[in-house]
Amino acid sequence: MAKIPVQFTLNGAEKAEFFDSGTTLLNALRDKIGDTSPKGGCHQGTCGACSVIIDGELRLSCLTLAETCNGAAITTTSGLSQGGVLHPLQRAFLDAFATQCGFCTPGMIMAAKVLLDHTPDPSRDDVVEALSGNICRCTGYEPIIQAVLTAARSNSQNAA
Amino acid sequence: MAIRRGRGVAAINYPTGMNLGGDPTQALVHSTPTGNFMVTLSSVDLGQGMKQIMAQICAETIGVPTDRVVVDTADTDTGPHCMGTFASRGTHRAGNAVIQAAREARQVMLEVAAEELEVNASDLDTDGQGNILVKGAPQRSISIFDVALSAHFKRGRSISGRGMFLIPRSYPDKETGAMKPSTCYAHACTVAEVEVDDETGEVTVLTVKNVFEIGRALNPKMVEQQLVGGSWMGISHALYETTEPYYPDRDHGGTDFNQYLMPGPGDLAQTEIIVLERPSADGPFGAKGPGEMCANPQIPAVANAVFDAVGVRIDTLPITPERILRALKAQASN
Repeated sequence: MAKIPVQFTLNGAEKAEFFDSGTTLLNALRDKIGDTSPKGGCHQGTCGACSVIIDGELRLSCLTLAETCNGAAITTTSGLSQGGVLHPLQRAFLDAFATQCGFCTPGMIMAAKVLLDHTPDPSRDDVVEALSGNICRCTGYEPIIQAVLTAARSNSQNAA
Repeated sequence: MAIRRGRGVAAINYPTGMNLGGDPTQALVHSTPTGNFMVTLSSVDLGQGMKQIMAQICAETIGVPTDRVVVDTADTDTGPHCMGTFASRGTHRAGNAVIQAAREARQVMLEVAAEELEVNASDLDTDGQGNILVKGAPQRSISIFDVALSAHFKRGRSISGRGMFLIPRSYPDKETGAMKPSTCYAHACTVAEVEVDDETGEVTVLTVKNVFEIGRALNPKMVEQQLVGGSWMGISHALYETTEPYYPDRDHGGTDFNQYLMPGPGDLAQTEIIVLERPSADGPFGAKGPGEMCANPQIPAVANAVFDAVGVRIDTLPITPERILRALKAQASN
């Protein structure tokens, strides 16, 4: 079967690859491009571990076909740190012990980033709503919620 | 028909490790040429933080900063044997094995340093910062970096150690039935407050207050993290999770995260954690196993709170709305 050429930017870098038709973006990123930050938890859109940001919107990469991403701007958790400095969300997750086994963490951070991009000063309910599509088995969620609220506060302090 | 409130309490004790065919774990420790220390284990870090704890234990025993220790849990085919990561046994069993291995490696390290400094090894101590000093004369010192180089390239010594920790199998006494299935127990107590809707059978957990007695907390933040998450998981076991929520047979069981229910971030109870530290006699630096046990007391506490709220005893998990409604119906017909 003919491979399909796809071009997009991943964390700001140009990528051009040939994919088999039907390849999910998750498999394309992990197996072909080598960005393993999105995790394959359920491969059916129920756990949120594979979440990435496509053109500013939170998307499940396990349910997104790579061939539909031509021309898209894709952000993953591995692209958040700048020059070795962690993104405020990554810092907040570390400081709050908001990760244990870490498998859900990249998806949580993607969901939180989209929230803060649109709602810089979220309420606790906003955070809970934003994370409600992401499953965590270890933490009991509370440290994650606190980390996102902390990151929001540190962002607003930096902006002030 | 009303929302009824109830409060339940439960206390547990929980054995650290198991009593099957004996419960062993081995560890190996060796230094690299530059004085970092490798801990080799087959014990698995499945997210609970074993690598961090084993690094702390090794570092404390040898007398080096934690960041000088690398823990390798790579391969159960090639590594020293471990029974596995379960039954809250990892810190206790592997930790004791690491202490034994690290002590032996420390002794060799001090012997090499003694040759370099021309003193007796028993007169040497570590400063915890990567140096070995002569007791009472700390100006006479050598870095562990230089000791490791000397051991490798000059003295021909392997700075290494072997550790083996075994809890032997305990058999019941034929006359009395008495036995010692575990050497170390953690304890916990939970008070849960719930609301039960006696029309729908739905349970909402309002608050969960937990006290955990876990021996010494080797890493207090990681202990807190484990206990908060475990408390949540206990509620999840009590009210939601089962692989067979449907009937009449297994074929109707849940197959994925759509059907295997777990509470999400919107279903959290207000959670309180108190840690009591009562160091265990045979634990590494007094540690017990806080892992699995922390998800247990919430289950009977919630069941008792449901009984307090609506007067029915649910003895099958999870405590689903259906089970509560059936019990209420049976109660009304009696």
